This record gives sequence, C-alpha cells and structure tokens, in this order.
Amino acid sequence: MSLVIDRLTSDGPPHDEKIRAFLAEHTFPFVEGTSVTFVYYGEADAVYLQHFIYGLPTSQPFSRLAGTNLWWKVLDLPLASRLQYKINVAQGDNHRWILDPRNPERATDPFGANSVVATAGAERPDWTLPDDDTRQGRLVERTFDSAALGGTCHYYLYLPARYRTTRRYPLLVAHDGRDYLRFSSLKTVLDNLIHRLEMPPMIVALVDPGDRLVEYANDERHARFLVEELVPALEDELPLRGEPNGRGIMGASFGGVASFSTAVRYPGFFDRLFLQSGSFAFTDIGENPRGPAFAPVVDFMNQYRSRPERVAGKVFVSCGTYESLIYENRSIVPLLQDTGMTVRYVEARDGHNWENWRDRMREGLSWLFPGPLWMVYE
Amino acid sequence: MRNVTLLGPQRHHPNLRAELDRAGIPEDGRVVVVTAGWQERENEDDELCEHLGRPVVNLALHHRSERVFADDPELFAAHRARQDQLREIQRLYRFRLDFALDPARRLLQRNDLDDDVLDPEREAAIQAVRTLDAQHLARIRGIHRDYNLAVKLSERPSLASHLDEINGALDGAAAIAIAGGHVAVLLNRLRLFGGRRLFPGPLPVFAWSAGAMAITRRVVLFHDSPPQGAGNPEILDAGLGLISHVVALPHAHQRLRLDDSTRVALFARRFAPDLCASLVPGAAVFWNGRTWRRSNVSRLGLDGQVGPMEIAA
Repeated sequence: MSLVIDRLTSDGPPHDEKIRAFLAEHTFPFVEGTSVTFVYYGEADAVYLQHFIYGLPTSQPFSRLAGTNLWWKVLDLPLASRLQYKINVAQGDNHRWILDPRNPERATDPFGANSVVATAGAERPDWTLPDDDTRQGRLVERTFDSAALGGTCHYYLYLPARYRTTRRYPLLVAHDGRDYLRFSSLKTVLDNLIHRLEMPPMIVALVDPGDRLVEYANDERHARFLVEELVPALEDELPLRGEPNGRGIMGASFGGVASFSTAVRYPGFFDRLFLQSGSFAFTDIGENPRGPAFAPVVDFMNQYRSRPERVAGKVFVSCGTYESLIYENRSIVPLLQDTGMTVRYVEARDGHNWENWRDRMREGLSWLFPGPLWMVYE
Repeated sequence: MRNVTLLGPQRHHPNLRAELDRAGIPEDGRVVVVTAGWQERENEDDELCEHLGRPVVNLALHHRSERVFADDPELFAAHRARQDQLREIQRLYRFRLDFALDPARRLLQRNDLDDDVLDPEREAAIQAVRTLDAQHLARIRGIHRDYNLAVKLSERPSLASHLDEINGALDGAAAIAIAGGHVAVLLNRLRLFGGRRLFPGPLPVFAWSAGAMAITRRVVLFHDSPPQGAGNPEILDAGLGLISHVVALPHAHQRLRLDDSTRVALFARRFAPDLCASLVPGAAVFWNGRTWRRSNVSRLGLDGQVGPMEIAA
C-alpha cells in the first residue's frame, strides 16, 4: 500500500498548487496503520521531528520534496501508541522548536505544550472528558501550616458529588495535585469514575510540592508532613474511614517516589499505592547517570532493593514503554510482589507525560478502590 | 391478581407518576415508598415526593434496619454471618461461571461448521451454564431458609414495633413504589421486614432499576465492560418473585454491548424462557397476572438481536 506522501508524488514532482491542495485535503500527521506521516511546509534549511520516545534517536530529520518547500517524515509507530513531539525548523544556526502547525492536538504540562499524535487504539478515553450526565464533585482550595516542612503547604480537597457527613469515605493523597488537575483532568476523571460507580465516592487531597525535587526525593519531612500532620488533621475534620485500607497515596514520576518512600517510611499507613512512571532509579554498580537530583532517590532505591519489605496491601504500578524509566519500573514489580504485596503492573505505548498518567487512571483507581458497579442500579 | 409495573431509571425521564395515573391510582391515594437501596441517602426523597404529587410515606427500611441491628446484636451477627457465607459462595460460583461461559461464548461465535452440527453443542454448553445458575440459586435459597429458621424474624422483639409501623403505613395505601440503588442492600432490607409479606393483597407495585430487579424471580447482575473482571452476568440472589418470567435489566443500553450479537444471544438463551427486558429511561412493563402491557421496552433476543418486547398474552 502506498503512503500518502507517495500518492502526492506518484505523477511526478508536484507543483505548489498541488501541494497546497494536498495539504488542504488531508490532516497531518497522517496516520495509516502503523505509519505516521509528518509534514512541514515552509522555508527551512532542515527540519527535524523532536520526540521523546526512549530508544529512538530523539531528533529525526525530515526529507525535502525536491524543488519544493514541503518537508516530510514517515515514522513507524506501533498500534496503540501515542507520541508527543515538536517540529524543529532550522535556518542557518537558528533552530526553532515549534508545535506542529497542522496538528491541533496538544498536550500541556508544566513546561508548556507538545503536539500529540496517536495510532489506532490510543484514543483519549471518554471517561477523561466532561460528561453532562455526571454529578459533579467540588474542589476546595486550602492551605496547611506544616511544622514538618516549616511552612505553609497548598492543597486542593476534592469532595465527591452527594458528599454527606453521615458516611465514611476513603482518602486518597495525590502528589503534584495542581498538575494532576490541570494536565490529567483528575477532577473530571474522579467525577466520571465515581458517577459510573467504577470507584467509590472518595475524598482526595491533592497536595502541591514546595521544592519538588527535594521534597519528593525521599525527604523525611515530606513523609512526616503527610502521615503525622495532614492525614490526621483531615481524619479529625472529615468523615474519613481512618484505617489503612481506606487510605491511598499516588503520584507520577518524582511524585511516585514521594508516594513510595512515604509508604516505606510508614509501613501499613497507606494500604493502597498508585505509582505512575515512578522515577525509581537505582544502581547495581557505578555512578548514577541521571544527575544530582536523583542522588537521594538512588540511595533510597538501592537501600530498599537490598532489603525490600511489605509496606502496603495493593500496589498499582504503571509506566509507558517509551519512557526511559521503563526498565526501573519493570524491575520493581517482582521486588514488590516478593514481599507479599498484591501488585498490578500496566504498560502502555506512551511516554513520560500527563496524558499517559491520565489514561491509566481508570484501571488503577478502580483496581485499588473498586466501586459498587455490579451492585448499584439507580 | 397483583398489578406490577417495572419501570426504567427515573433520574432523567421520570414516568412513575404517569404510570400511577394510568393504573388509576387516585391523586389523594397514599403511596408507600421504599428507598432503602439509596442507603444513607434513604430519606432524601424530596424529588420523588414532588414527582409523585400524592401523599407519600417512606418506609425507611434502611434506617429501621440500622436500629434493629443496633438493638439486636444476635440478629446482626447472624445477618453478617449469612452475608459472609453468601459472598463466599458467590466467589466460588463466579470462578466456575468463568469456565462455563467460555465454551458457550466460543461456540456461539463459531461459524466454520453447519448449524446442525454446532447447535446441539451450543445448546449443551448453555444448558451447562443454566445448570450452574440453578445450582447456585438453590444454594442461596438454602442459606436464606436456614437463616430464617435460625433467627425467626417474625418472633423477634427488635422487629415487632417496626413491623407494626410498616403494617400501619401499608394499611389503606394505594400503591407501593420501590426505588433503585444498591440491589443487595435493598433486597436484604425488604427481606428483613417481611419480604413478600410487605406486599399485601392486591396492592399495586411500581418498581424501577434495582427495585425492579429485586422483585423479579432472579436478580441478575450485569455489565459487559467493567474496568476490572470478566464482565460475566451473574445471579446474585433470588428476588421476591412478585413478577415472574422477566429478567430486569436497567440501563442495559449503557451496561451491555447490545450490538454484540454473541453476548446478547448468550444472555437471552441462558435466562430463557424468562424475557430479558432492557429497561431504559421511559420504559414501563405492566403485568397483572393475565395481561402484559409495555412501552419503550426492548428485549434481548435469542437470535442475538435487540428488538421490541413482544409478549404473548
């Protein structure tokens, strides 16, 4: 089967008018099974696809259609894959990394935005999108004066729809709370999954970090803040179950480390762990190649790996196969299982980003906190 | 004979009032409601009362059960023990069901042989599932029977005053309406306070969602695409049996893959000869022991198609 770019050139070199018509008739990137065609149309000396798939060269040159300003690149991408990328337009020494002007699909994160393309099977799930039928929970913005951290911490409290003080709710603590809300649509996800009875109504404390790379890298003060200050205060104030199997903790990347290291420092306090693309870097020999921010993480992980212990009942681990952390995440699974913890591990052909973490939420949350789906018919 | 009306979910398209009108329930006729399936929200029935436009008495069975269990620890312990036992055998049944359904599903999907070769095998595989269902249901009934013999509900002082109040509320009522919610909680509360005896004489019954499921002969739990698990329909319990020959499937359009003819056919054939009725919002099925009437109700067909509910009178 010829690809879209071949069809453009099948009658010989196209002229400008034909190229414009071709671009107008198709949406790009153009996905044909496992072949994804990217194009850039404009003046340039060179054009590159800059992507974040671990294992492939991160900068892939486009080809120029001879005698034209049309640049193209075909990338082989397996089904159910998602790719975040930018286009690097080079003119002389000037390199401009731009969002793909032909692709309206964007993923945002704390550092800006990337263009996104997905092959069949990696579409955005409907439960991540607002649903008119869904009863809405509410978010309350709060602060907490922490002696452990020596300052005021910001967090959001999610209260489920039909919140009642007469019932007891599980509590989930989420790291990088604001980012989960902004970039992973966590409120929408919670509203939908609770409304669809796939998880029980629960209260979620979405905490923001101070100095993230310090606080989330196995910092004793952070664990103390959560376990000895914030959670007890919430359990005093709110109708929470206040028992280990009614408590969960989650986080992505360094937030995964913060979640896991808190659980290790306080075994049994949180019975449910949701670890997304945890930065579980370790060394078997030699130096840590990931830089100084990872040093406390590596120390922590090396120590845990030398003496693993059961710290929770159920652990859900997810990671993208296009992440550099896939090795670390795969290797932690048997380690956790051997301690007697019940572990579920899920991979997706996705990267280290908030869309990946968003789209694993249903599987993770409904497994850690099963909802009354089978029993409730309203 | 008793008049029973099964309705679709009421949240967005309530038709309870229209069905009460159609059944000739007078505007000043008192309607007794059961909202125990809503659990701790049981008393939040303002919208329901407003919709009904008639005098309403909520039997408050969930609240009553909490008080009974607090007053009668022995009964509570027996109740917990029965629930634990039911949960355990449900797990075992589910384990067996997984294996029993697989060949039935595969045989229905196969088309590499003539039907005259495949059909007897298909029927035998489905019969094996029916046998398992029947055995499970018999075991559940046995557990309830043993429980009833042991706890003697009708003789317990902790229940006496509640039963008197409930009987008082039912006396002179024009209809009883049973809302949805948590089907096991609802069914347990209905049983605790008398089961079928809660529905005296010819009192018309209107029930929707879990309420509709609870008054049929078999309570079938279903969801084709749960986030966890196989999504195999399973029998939870025996219902009160106020209406026979129907398996009530509220929200079937959302919970079942109705475009999957294999799943639909297997569902319908497994529970045949009962009619598997898709109760969507606005649906109503009426049965008075002799005559059926229905509107906006589809049935899951033995051929795997979903079509109008045609019923022989």
